[in-house]
Amino acid sequence: MLKQLRPALVMIVVFTVLTGLAYPLAMTGIAGILFPKQAAGSLVTENGKVVGSQLIGQNFASDHYFHGRPSATTGADPADPSKSVPQPYNAANSGGSNLGPSNSALIERVKGDMERLKAENPGQPVPIDLVTTSGSGLDPDISPNAAYFQVPRVAKARGMLENDLHDLVAKNVQQPAFGVIGEPRVNVLALNRALDALGKN
Amino acid sequence: MTLAGWLQILIFCGIIILLVKPLGGYMTRVYQGERTFLSFLFGPFERLLYRLAGTSEKEEQHWVGYAAALLAFNLVGMLVLYALQRFQASLPFNPAGMSAVDPALAFNTASSFVTNTNWQNYGGESTMSYLVQMAGLTVQNFVSAATGMALAIALVRGFARHSARSVGNFWVDLTRSTLYVLLPLCVVLTLFYVFRGVPQTLGAYVEATTLEGARQTIAVGPVASQLAIKILGTNGGGFFNANSAHPFENPDALTNLVQMVSIFAIGVALTNVFGRMVGNQRQGWAILAAMGVLFIAGVIVAYWAEASGNPLLHQLGLAGGNMEGKEVRFGIPLSALFAVVTTAASCGAVNAMHDSFTALGGMIPMINMQLGEIIVGGVGAGLYGIFVFVIVAIFVAGLMVGRTPEYLGKKIEAKEVKMAMLAMLCLPLAMLGFTAISVVLPSAVSSIANPGPHGFSEILYAFTSATANNGSAFGGLSGNTPWFNLTIGIAMLMGRFLVIVPALAIAGSLAAKKTVPASAGTFPTDGGLFVGLLVGVILIVGGLTFLPALALGPIVEHFALVAGQTF
Repeated sequence: MLKQLRPALVMIVVFTVLTGLAYPLAMTGIAGILFPKQAAGSLVTENGKVVGSQLIGQNFASDHYFHGRPSATTGADPADPSKSVPQPYNAANSGGSNLGPSNSALIERVKGDMERLKAENPGQPVPIDLVTTSGSGLDPDISPNAAYFQVPRVAKARGMLENDLHDLVAKNVQQPAFGVIGEPRVNVLALNRALDALGKN
Repeated sequence: MTLAGWLQILIFCGIIILLVKPLGGYMTRVYQGERTFLSFLFGPFERLLYRLAGTSEKEEQHWVGYAAALLAFNLVGMLVLYALQRFQASLPFNPAGMSAVDPALAFNTASSFVTNTNWQNYGGESTMSYLVQMAGLTVQNFVSAATGMALAIALVRGFARHSARSVGNFWVDLTRSTLYVLLPLCVVLTLFYVFRGVPQTLGAYVEATTLEGARQTIAVGPVASQLAIKILGTNGGGFFNANSAHPFENPDALTNLVQMVSIFAIGVALTNVFGRMVGNQRQGWAILAAMGVLFIAGVIVAYWAEASGNPLLHQLGLAGGNMEGKEVRFGIPLSALFAVVTTAASCGAVNAMHDSFTALGGMIPMINMQLGEIIVGGVGAGLYGIFVFVIVAIFVAGLMVGRTPEYLGKKIEAKEVKMAMLAMLCLPLAMLGFTAISVVLPSAVSSIANPGPHGFSEILYAFTSATANNGSAFGGLSGNTPWFNLTIGIAMLMGRFLVIVPALAIAGSLAAKKTVPASAGTFPTDGGLFVGLLVGVILIVGGLTFLPALALGPIVEHFALVAGQTF
């Protein structure tokens, strides 16, 4: 075993330098030149200020905006940093609810959310992605159905025509790659920015 | 289940089958020391490295020497990784100001990354500095994968050689796996991932002001370079806590497809390397076919279970499959497929939270791991894992006809069967033994997040995943406690090294044997009968060992769900 110590040390040092420093640093350099926007996190800026990332969901609670999915992320309690409290769309601590399918806490949570949504748009079936948390807690997307479902509420809050909003959603639906890989989806941040732009015109 | 869903599964399988021969051919050339298109770049570097290490590509090792080299390298790697975590606060590349990692957690993480498991009792973005992520975790992602590949090649040499004393040189196999296979593929993959939106920066976390005026801190980092090797090396440890469910670690369905393909790529190619090195590619295809049968069966059940959804939610008036813990951009089919791929292949990256899968949907990943990670398996580990079953299957076939069993012209005798049984038995010992102790320890039970049978599943999943060196989790379990850090750490080391050493012993013993020419009485091991026998043996061994435990967890939970019972 002792005879193997020299090659073991040499190999770990060389591979640490090669794969642990040279490789990520070279990749950082090359990626920064070839794809600077993506490498920095696909940030979205308005008037020079960062308003988010196009890939990361953010919390929308006001009636004036389309809402994303419920998020189970947590963060440090501002009053007592040793405790963690629910903090939806905390992009520095991703994660899901990890509630099992037979857990009554899951069923109660979904029931509560459904009642709220049913009151908002009676008569329409509630899309399942609007009452389930995502794996990352940062899902930037909702299904097209989930966006259409919210049109009446947003139209009322903004005093806009439902038809106009319907068209806006339709324009923001991203289809699967090559028509088959992935699911149709709507990026909530992009949709809401388009909504704000529409309001200004 | 939808037509589009099945079509995506079909596309994935098609790409995998197309990859087997070209990648297998290339890797065979690499391991046999032939010139490749990268030799001009890495050849001189390689020779310099061997000289520094005091070895040479002509030097061959007996299996004991090979094992000693492997163990020495892993021990040194583990110590370095432990030290990096303990001292990260005073080391560079730490813009988020992370403090030293607690000793038990550092032990667990070091075991985890050295054994190619990547079980994570921590959230990456809230615990580890950029330096630890790069110079610690990423390095082990490379070399633990290369270790597995080296070992698989040593075992293949055992089959291919006859009357030989040696099985190769560990340092050479390790170096070639890294330089000619892992690194170049990772460079290409990293650039693809960044192109699709995965961050690659050393900058600090971004402060954003959302449209509603709230503050959002967005964690970024050198993600893409770690992602590429995490997936290709079937490591699975995420840069972020949410792993490949995080939009930065898997931005869209295309990156998802590429990730699933890279998880399987090296594992399936190694079956072809095996076929080429023993001089009959059909032998490799037979092994792959057995893996394929088990894989497809798993995909069908998992996709069906997730698409059927949660009966308790349907009772509330919701329609559709189980979306809790899944991302909209992947939907049901790509989440179910990813779960099967990542657990079949000992990767452990997840693009959806397995803890929130339906009872049966979550059982498939567990079964994949309990069968011993032999359905493609971890890079290298899958191949030497399935050879353990091949030896037992051949032995069973020999018993049935009353003939000394042979495989590829090598007589399979008492020593090989004993070593195969040793490797096979250490897995249930760690998986079921630690689970049994944990479920009666109050301090361990208090880590459970979900009540009822699902809580039992969380603990069973943890030790299954650790021992199988997978690393995925039923994430609700709070694993960062002294008990779990220690026992999960031990389970990972057992699952890795108590399989590796017997596998090397088999390699050494086989290499020394003479080849018996095939005769009319030889059992052909490149046809459907052999594939059926192998699949049968794998399922019987797995079923007898794990069905009772599964009945207490996912199976009873499934019946509770159907009966409308919550916990």
